[in-house]
Amino acid sequence: MKTTLATLLMLIGALGAAAADSGNSSCITCHALLEEPKLVNPAKLFDSDIHHQAGLTCADCHGGDPNDESMSAMSRTKGFRGVPKKARIPDFCARCHSDIAYMHRFNPKMRADQLSQYLTSVHGKRLKQGDTKVAACVDCHGIHNILAVSDTRAPVYPANVASTCAHCHADAAYMKDYQIPTDQVAQYQKSVHAQMLAQGDVSAPTCTTCHGNHGATPPGVSSVANVCGTCHVVFAQLFEKSPHQAAFARMGLPGCVQCHSNHEIVKPSDEWVGVGANSVCSTCHASGDPGYRSAQAMAQDLARLNLAIVRADTNLDTAERKGMEVSSAKVELTNAHEARVKARVNVHTFRDEEVRKITDQGLEIATRSDQAGVAAIEELNFRRKGLGISLITILVAIAGLYLKIRQIESRQKG
Amino acid sequence: MPSSEQRADKPIQTGRRWVNVLLGSGLVASVVSFLYPAIRYIIPPPVAESTSRSVVAAKVDELKRNSGKVFKFGSKPALLVRTADGTYRAFSAVCTHLNCTVQYREDLHQIWCACHNGLYDLEGRNVSGPPPRPLQMFEVHVQGEDVVVTRSA
Amino acid sequence: MSRLYRRTLAWFDERFGAGSVEEFLRHKTIPVHRHSLWYYFGGMTLFLFIIQVLTGILLLLYYRPTPNDAFESVQYMVTQVRFGWLIRSIHSWSANLMIFAAFVHMFSVYFLKAYRKPRELTWISGMLLLFVVLGFGFSGYLLPWNTLAFFATKVGTEMAGSVPIIGKWLLIFLRGGEEVTGATLTRFFGFHVAVLPGLATMLLAIHLFLVQQLGMSVPPGVERAIAEGRKPARSTPFFPNFLLRDIIGWYAALGALGALAAVFPWELGTKADAFASAPAGIRPEWYFLFMFQTLKYLPAKVLFVDGELLGIFGFSVAALVWVAVPFLDRRIGFGRVTRFFTGLGVFALGYMIVLSLLALR
Repeated sequence: MKTTLATLLMLIGALGAAAADSGNSSCITCHALLEEPKLVNPAKLFDSDIHHQAGLTCADCHGGDPNDESMSAMSRTKGFRGVPKKARIPDFCARCHSDIAYMHRFNPKMRADQLSQYLTSVHGKRLKQGDTKVAACVDCHGIHNILAVSDTRAPVYPANVASTCAHCHADAAYMKDYQIPTDQVAQYQKSVHAQMLAQGDVSAPTCTTCHGNHGATPPGVSSVANVCGTCHVVFAQLFEKSPHQAAFARMGLPGCVQCHSNHEIVKPSDEWVGVGANSVCSTCHASGDPGYRSAQAMAQDLARLNLAIVRADTNLDTAERKGMEVSSAKVELTNAHEARVKARVNVHTFRDEEVRKITDQGLEIATRSDQAGVAAIEELNFRRKGLGISLITILVAIAGLYLKIRQIESRQKG
Repeated sequence: MPSSEQRADKPIQTGRRWVNVLLGSGLVASVVSFLYPAIRYIIPPPVAESTSRSVVAAKVDELKRNSGKVFKFGSKPALLVRTADGTYRAFSAVCTHLNCTVQYREDLHQIWCACHNGLYDLEGRNVSGPPPRPLQMFEVHVQGEDVVVTRSA
Repeated sequence: MSRLYRRTLAWFDERFGAGSVEEFLRHKTIPVHRHSLWYYFGGMTLFLFIIQVLTGILLLLYYRPTPNDAFESVQYMVTQVRFGWLIRSIHSWSANLMIFAAFVHMFSVYFLKAYRKPRELTWISGMLLLFVVLGFGFSGYLLPWNTLAFFATKVGTEMAGSVPIIGKWLLIFLRGGEEVTGATLTRFFGFHVAVLPGLATMLLAIHLFLVQQLGMSVPPGVERAIAEGRKPARSTPFFPNFLLRDIIGWYAALGALGALAAVFPWELGTKADAFASAPAGIRPEWYFLFMFQTLKYLPAKVLFVDGELLGIFGFSVAALVWVAVPFLDRRIGFGRVTRFFTGLGVFALGYMIVLSLLALR
């Protein structure tokens, strides 16, 4: 009798412990023994899942009774919700993720508007219409191995976002019905943004930075400048006040991306300005219109400043390599470099006088630095004069020695 | 040479003197032209030796509180900031974005780059705009009347 | 003037021993024959060495041998100090000309068989001086602490590290640690301004003493012609005839140094950065080029032996043979020229020239 009681107590204790730790729940115990990947994977993957880390169990999402060791654990009567259909996934997650009070118990800064955002997205709207090919929560976040956004292994970690989106958006066969391009990610990979990200700057923009994450929507034509302007503030402001603003709006052209492209945003070059072969201005402006002349003027000013800077750089470098002290001129020349950067910014006013204002300042500085470099090189020539004098004295001495030798030797003979 | 002196007759005498003058002046002038640079070299130049590791950035009473000053450090500009509470801080003034020269904004209490509106806080950290990295920070010491900025080795 | 001269001379004679200076000057003679020109290169090397000592002392006034300051102090010297650029450039150019003159001297002595009995020790002390001079070049190259020198030193010391058994130890001894660091700079500075000058002075004293003691060597061909009475034994007094000619050569060298310094100032380059990747075209000074190029051509493995190791071994053996040549070339002791040794010299000279040119291409 005593032993029976003890066994019973132990069993109750064990069951209690199993209920407290999801790892030992009947869900894990049984599913870990199954063979079909679909059924065994949840039990295997859940260990590293953020929900497991936060102390949640299978039953917290799927319902049912983890203490029941028979199949009845998964009966409707025990609140078992099973696996949600694709269309039901957002609501399934939102049971908790839309409950701000509940979410703040885990992370006081956590937002709870993901579902409402999602419903405004193209993904969300189409899912509502019964399209089950679109992305729902688990398509981006994973299913039983959901990781924090800050985890470098997470598919939603900034550096991994592009490949997560590409999973569907670069798959031409999968995207066939939607009639949208599938080369966005390939284009993005060539952009400066992707380069920055690859260099480890996780604040560099990826797909979701411009398109939103849960409320993923392509920015409309009119909102492009706003999207780019969230980071490129100065340019957005200049564009806003420029003659292009009204003209683009009238013609229904998107702002920034008209010249800079939307996904393949490469490092701009001075050649884009002007009327040359690589110019972006001449895609719209033709010879004779004021914009054409303005573009030409801006390009000339930029080129003139650039040339002056290159010349000063070369002369100062030459002088420095030859051992002349030109550091002050070099510091001054950084102001010309700065003017060049500012002039490139001012191109976005699309007014040539605004560009010239800056390039003229830069030109003056560059010319002054250049003169310092030239002067330093001239000092080198002065050294050559000193050398000349010294060489003359040496030659005189050599001549004297030569004559002396002749004299001595003629005397020795005679 | 002493032995040869006795055998000198008149035309040789004048020729000899001429050669001696040429030789003597050549030797003296050339030795002067060697010694002059050497002596000028030994006299230390007026510019006190400045290693590029430290520089006097300002005088103690030069900067008001909540103001900044760009100064030359080696061959690059640097920024000395006197914060509102009176402490000194020094940074490289070269913006980490496109190498423009940054300045102190008294209204923002931050370091600002005019080129693309980049902002750094008073620890040099990039807090807004395009700069990808913080500004390099230097050490500042007040030595007597001088505010000395030092690059840590 | 001449009275004062004689009185001064007498004053010194009284103290040094009667007429020793004058006696020495009067009795030292230089043989005159068609190879006399080569006698000037020893004196030229000595003169350039003296220039090195003088400009080196001047450089020490401003140079500071620490990794933080070395580059800056040289930069300060060449940009701020009046004529600092000149002193530094002359030191660098003179170093190169001195090594060139030393090589010419060495090869002329070799081909004219001046190493033969009784001048074996003169030859050996001269060879040791040549090694010391190369050591001067190698250690001095690093001192401005610029990128090129930093990496050249890295490569050079690396080679020392591949010597079997003592290689590792040698590498650590040269670098003052596992890597080229500030410790290496301190060490090289010590070698350059203390150890090597000491060695050089000692060897130079021996070398010059032997030259005075034994007199100038006359090439075997000329010697035989004189012995057989086909030619008269001509000579010229060292003082003033030979010395004045020497001085003309020295003045010409000074002029050339000044011209080189002003027209082709020795560039400083950029400060060494241990973490920067090695720049393209690292190359040692020209007098090491033939070794550098040989090691480049050697395959990684030659019959189970490391190619680099084989190269270093080869050069060590060659150097030993070269130093020991007065003892190996026995027939020359009896005045007979062995073709083999002349051929060996031609081969060595040709090899050095061809490989150096290949490296420069």
